[in-house]
Amino acid sequence: MHRVPLQSDFEAWRAAARDALHAGFRPEELDLQDATVPSTLALTLDTDDVATGAPIVRPHTSKAFLETAAIVAVHRSPDRWNLLYRVLYRLQSERNLLQIETDDDVSQLVRLEAQVRRDLHKMHAFVRFRKVMEASDPSERPVVVDEPIPIDPDPHAHHLVLVTPTPFGEVKTEIEACPPPVSIPDKDCEHFVAWYEPDHRILPLAAPFFAERFAIMRWSILTPEASVSWDPIAKKLIFGPGVPRESAPAEDELEDLWRTYYASIFNPARLNQEAMRSEMPVRYWKNLPEVALLPALIGGAQTRVAAMVKRQQQQPTAEPFLPAQRSLPALRDALPSCKGCELYCHATQVVPGVGASNSPLMLVGEQPGDQEDVQGLPFVGPAGKLLHKALAELNIDPASIYMTNAVKHFKFIRRGKIRLHQSPRMSEITACKPWLLAEIEALRPRVILCLGATASKSLLGGTFALMRDRGKILATPHAERVLATVHPSAVLRGRDQQSIEQLYQFLKDDLALAWKSAQATASPASFLVSPAQSSYSR
Amino acid sequence: MMTTQDKLAILADAAKYDASCASSGAKRAGNGEGIGHSDGMGICHSYTPDGRCVSLLKILLTNFCTYDCVFCVNRVSSDIRRARFTPEEVVNLTLDFYKRNYIEGLFLSSGIIRSPDYTMEQLISVAKQLRKVHKFGGYIHLKAIPGCSQTLIDEAGLVADRLSANIELPTQQDLVQLAPEKKSVVIESTMSQIALRKDEADEDRRRSKLAPKFAAAGQSTQMVVGATPANDRQILTTATHLYGQYKLRRIYYTGFSPYPEADTRLPLAATPRIREHRLYQSDWLMRFYGFEASELTTPEAPDLSLTEDPKTVWAKGHPEFFPVDVNAAPRESLLRVPGIGYRNVERILSIRRYHALLVDDLKKLHVRLKQALPFLIAVDHLPGRTLAQDSQPGLQLDLFAPISALTGSI
Repeated sequence: MHRVPLQSDFEAWRAAARDALHAGFRPEELDLQDATVPSTLALTLDTDDVATGAPIVRPHTSKAFLETAAIVAVHRSPDRWNLLYRVLYRLQSERNLLQIETDDDVSQLVRLEAQVRRDLHKMHAFVRFRKVMEASDPSERPVVVDEPIPIDPDPHAHHLVLVTPTPFGEVKTEIEACPPPVSIPDKDCEHFVAWYEPDHRILPLAAPFFAERFAIMRWSILTPEASVSWDPIAKKLIFGPGVPRESAPAEDELEDLWRTYYASIFNPARLNQEAMRSEMPVRYWKNLPEVALLPALIGGAQTRVAAMVKRQQQQPTAEPFLPAQRSLPALRDALPSCKGCELYCHATQVVPGVGASNSPLMLVGEQPGDQEDVQGLPFVGPAGKLLHKALAELNIDPASIYMTNAVKHFKFIRRGKIRLHQSPRMSEITACKPWLLAEIEALRPRVILCLGATASKSLLGGTFALMRDRGKILATPHAERVLATVHPSAVLRGRDQQSIEQLYQFLKDDLALAWKSAQATASPASFLVSPAQSSYSR
Repeated sequence: MMTTQDKLAILADAAKYDASCASSGAKRAGNGEGIGHSDGMGICHSYTPDGRCVSLLKILLTNFCTYDCVFCVNRVSSDIRRARFTPEEVVNLTLDFYKRNYIEGLFLSSGIIRSPDYTMEQLISVAKQLRKVHKFGGYIHLKAIPGCSQTLIDEAGLVADRLSANIELPTQQDLVQLAPEKKSVVIESTMSQIALRKDEADEDRRRSKLAPKFAAAGQSTQMVVGATPANDRQILTTATHLYGQYKLRRIYYTGFSPYPEADTRLPLAATPRIREHRLYQSDWLMRFYGFEASELTTPEAPDLSLTEDPKTVWAKGHPEFFPVDVNAAPRESLLRVPGIGYRNVERILSIRRYHALLVDDLKKLHVRLKQALPFLIAVDHLPGRTLAQDSQPGLQLDLFAPISALTGSI
């Protein structure tokens, strides 16, 4: 057996392999030992064999093999040099060997290559840079210091050095000077440092990826066996010796934000730890800042899902409180029992709709106000008075129309003695909607006029824009003609006299249109909606 | 005043129901002026405990939305917390995360505010700032807001690597019920705008390498599965239609999972993960194995089996097609053998030029023998028995038998 110890260097193997082929060593006569693994160098008693094969004077190989070999060369398997030689030797006579993946040597080669490639891919993924600035922090972490250059004859010459404290003293890596402030006007001298422990000796293979990606950044990747820094000015990778873990920075200001993102993007309803562990094996975890959250995220997942489901089941709705019979009197009788949402707890009473049971026009407001809540009647407060004024001016008898609200209880916050109106939430509007739909079903009005945004959104959908689409007659599943106008309370809250008059005019115009439309449809053929007005359909 | 961290928590949470997170398919060399490049492979920088890959900073610009889609966590009628990022905040987050190697790039979507055009403009302005001001070379995936104008699509494709318009639900009927403001016609017209513009741009690039790239990684879409009664046959039919019509790169099938403040009309439990998996398997069979959507299910059994993979189900239903001889059958037939993947088919085709394959060879290629053996013939194997174990030495081999005495190397 002929023994040749080799360092972890692909070029050394190439030279040794070339020599061995020239000399005619058969693979079984040669042992290309891994000099970094002491056990393989153990002394044995057998003699140094001579080559018995035919010398191969002009060995040939393919580009594909060399590419694969360069990758396999960084694998930690001590046997890789012999494997590579065996394949190279066989390739001299078996040209198509690499195509036959079922061959034992080839499948071993493919397996090692895949392992290194996976290691490379994971390194590209799992390296985490941490930013370091000037030497202001006394704690043990790499710092960038500005120090005089000892060997330079110019006493004022100085340079930047990355100082990483280690148990064996400080390791200093020179950094090219920060570019003049003109080219990076906004930044301090940032330096990004990462600590990483690859499975195989892949740093030289992995570094070009980072060099291309972070070409304008100053960065270093430290590993136990080697380190590399990128000089963004000279566009050059500088390799150095390995350093211990403690020399890498311990944290980065962005890591809290990153963890926030990691926690928020996780969907607890799809917990699948096996998939996570197979793609992100535990051995990588110690260098990933986000992994600290895992126990909390995994432990809390079930409770979070249970809480969501419970809330969904308990979503407020008035549905169970509706009577079987859908007539207006039946609805009125059933309303006081409603506990479909929280609002009943605070309101004085529920406020049902009022008006003629055969009315062709239905007005839908938002919710009862303070006065309505006390009296139990809709539209009796200041806004209601304004509405009645408008109706009177239009010669419409309020008794001939039906008036109700999208939400049937008063919602307010108390400020001393005053109960301040508060807009109902979407969930409360939705919870109360079954009552409104039941009223519509019982009354079957020809026209519905929504007063204000709440009622419009309830009947015309979330995209309805009140000020854009008010006064347009729309066909909906609820009634053939639905239109919306401003709420009388909006008129009262107008900015100035001019806008109050304007809004009041809108209210009156739309009321008039709705009334006319409701009257006209009494004899269906006599009223036709213009195409422009009916374009909004759903 | 909300901090960036509060907003990030809300707007990442709101974005997590969109499964597409791939960063592959677009090669972009480092430009030397800004950070970022893309080697076309796609990298997952982390994995969350749901097993999902974290590749891009996946966020919404805002979760305010004027639409009321029942299946969506951000619908207008939901009581969730709302937030809105400024374009600068998104730009800085993307760059800061990218510099620390947390992400491959940005996946930006948004609730619909004001109008589709306005929303799309906002998304484009973020991407433009990244590309033009910061010379960002990482991956950008923008949501194409259905119904936005052609000019905006054209602009978006110039700055984004991938565009996607979500089909949301498998059938038009589902959309009518659960997403009243979304119409499949509008969504598909946006897809078609992207596809047409990409075709033009690719054509230009064939003539001149200087022509700008348009959405190099193509377009994708997402379908929520299990929120409606639509069956797998309908889903796969829709998928075939979308792949064929708009040259989609990927369709993501996302099993419905419960989320906070969900509408009561939605199911309470998550769709079994295995259903999603079977749909992806079928999707692969249609794209890489030459299967048609109509072959994978039948009108009588319109759902995929949850216990067996779709290839095995098909194989069991078509005994006339098997056994397939790994040493003689054409590629199309090998692709239909359960347990053999398309990569292994290529290997088998390459190896059998040099020697005939034994069961042991298949084992070395990591073919799933348990699934595959009943359906294939190897030199030493016929379904039902293994020839090597047949101890009838000296038997005259039949020249016209399925395995020929002339082919094997043993």
